[in-house]
Amino acid sequence: MRERLIQTGLAIVAFSAVAAIFLIAIFIFFEGTPLVVKVGLLRFLASSHWAPTKGHFGILPMIVGSLEVTLLAILVGALLGLSCALFLAEFAPRWSVRILKPLIELLAGIPSVVYGFIGVVVLVPWIRNTFGGPGFSVLASGLVLGIMVLPTIIAISLDALQAVPLSYKEGSLALGATRWQTLYRVMLPAARSGIIAGFVLGMGRAVGETMAVIMVAGNALTIPHSLLQPVRTLTSNIALEMGYATGDHQAALFATGMVLFIITILLNTIALFAVRTRR
Amino acid sequence: MTNRLNFLIIGKRMSLHQKSVFFALFSAFLFLAVAGCGTGSKQKLTIAGSTSVEPFAERLAELYMRNHPEVEINVQGGGSSAGIRAVTSHICQIGMSSRHLTDEEAKTLHQFTIAYDGIVLVVNRQNPVRNLTLEQARALFSGRLRFWDELGWEHRRITLVTREEGSGTRASFEEMVMKDDRGEMASFSADALVQDSNGAVREIVARDPAAIGYISMGLVDERCSALSLNGITPNDSTIRSCTYPLSRRFLFLTSSPPQGLTKQFIDYVLSPEGQRALAEEGLTPVSE
Repeated sequence: MRERLIQTGLAIVAFSAVAAIFLIAIFIFFEGTPLVVKVGLLRFLASSHWAPTKGHFGILPMIVGSLEVTLLAILVGALLGLSCALFLAEFAPRWSVRILKPLIELLAGIPSVVYGFIGVVVLVPWIRNTFGGPGFSVLASGLVLGIMVLPTIIAISLDALQAVPLSYKEGSLALGATRWQTLYRVMLPAARSGIIAGFVLGMGRAVGETMAVIMVAGNALTIPHSLLQPVRTLTSNIALEMGYATGDHQAALFATGMVLFIITILLNTIALFAVRTRR
Repeated sequence: MTNRLNFLIIGKRMSLHQKSVFFALFSAFLFLAVAGCGTGSKQKLTIAGSTSVEPFAERLAELYMRNHPEVEINVQGGGSSAGIRAVTSHICQIGMSSRHLTDEEAKTLHQFTIAYDGIVLVVNRQNPVRNLTLEQARALFSGRLRFWDELGWEHRRITLVTREEGSGTRASFEEMVMKDDRGEMASFSADALVQDSNGAVREIVARDPAAIGYISMGLVDERCSALSLNGITPNDSTIRSCTYPLSRRFLFLTSSPPQGLTKQFIDYVLSPEGQRALAEEGLTPVSE
């Protein structure tokens, strides 16, 4: 009897967590779809004129902005993260792994507003003084996000590297390959799908990050064609304007959320498949 | 509707026993939900109108309801004209307007000035420019003027800082600066940085020598320089007399002499406490 009760209780809690996700999705689509229908999907996605209180609902600059910022972030994050994972998996003495790994995980626990604040106070003025422009830019957002996705990328690629059977490595070394050759020709290909999954999950994180980006991106409504131009992402569009938005404006923000939701789901699905093909 | 959905998803494959447990929890949840929004006996007040006044009215309503839990104040936007229409036709008790009333409107409505709104152009302390004309300000923010040397400083690309769409300050600025003599509204330059608070705008202007932004008078401090417009310095007296071009009066309107809750709320807004709250939000109070 008691067993059953606990079992039921856990089931209810588990189901309500999943139900919450479904309800959120339904709610977003419920609120956003009418506007997309009203404006027209193509006009909504491909127009770059965003003035929602005056009846213009084009989110192209935000889509492009999100993609640009995410790409830059993943370039930075992949380069730093993969190097770090390789070092930890292959070269680092065991005591330093024991110190470094928790420290990297700690990175994930720092609130995003702190990253944003450091970005505003240090990174933005540095970019402004070194390269010119307002400082609030694609570059600033990409760099901040690049650091923020590090824990995800490092943790997952490290797992992938450590999951490569020892025999592969030993076999390669026994055939006379150098350590670098082994790493490059054997370890990396064997861990490839896991590493890619790490990158994709990192991208998911970067696409969804809001606070830090609002603080350093400048949020201008242009399609940036230089790293030094300000940019607005999908997330910051929602968070910036939700305060006083009403009517169609609010619906347009929900529709922005729909686009974001679809992008995130796509990325997560890709990551899931990437991990699956490994096994 | 959401509750029923929740039930459908969970209720599908459950034994009778499971169902009873579920129903117990579910009804407890429903009970809480209903208890949470039990509004039966509350006194209600509806305020509607200008979207520039709306955020301030919302703040005041929030403060008032904190001390008067028996009252429910509902603040809606829609614009000054919609507010005037709504209060004239008794759809709401108080209308909000950020524009002057026409003679006809003034005849039928009772006006209460709750505060003055002055919007000030601010630049970095290093910037020697001290005065702009309204036309220059419009050219600047629509992106037609791009370098500071066109305004008598060094050759430096201007960094524009504006507010997010939906903000009352932005709406006022658009109305008073971006509209030309023929009533054509220029749109903001797409390159302008967008920030979601007066404080964030001020922060950028304080740090970037090339920046220019606009904030409420009450939030100007020594970290940035306020510009005069058409030669008129913004201060409390030029704003109260509306001689400074970017100033206007925020009005509460009623269709008859206020009574009951309507009167109590307007009295609260005009009290030292209400006026202090408005000053904290950046407005200029009615009197010193």
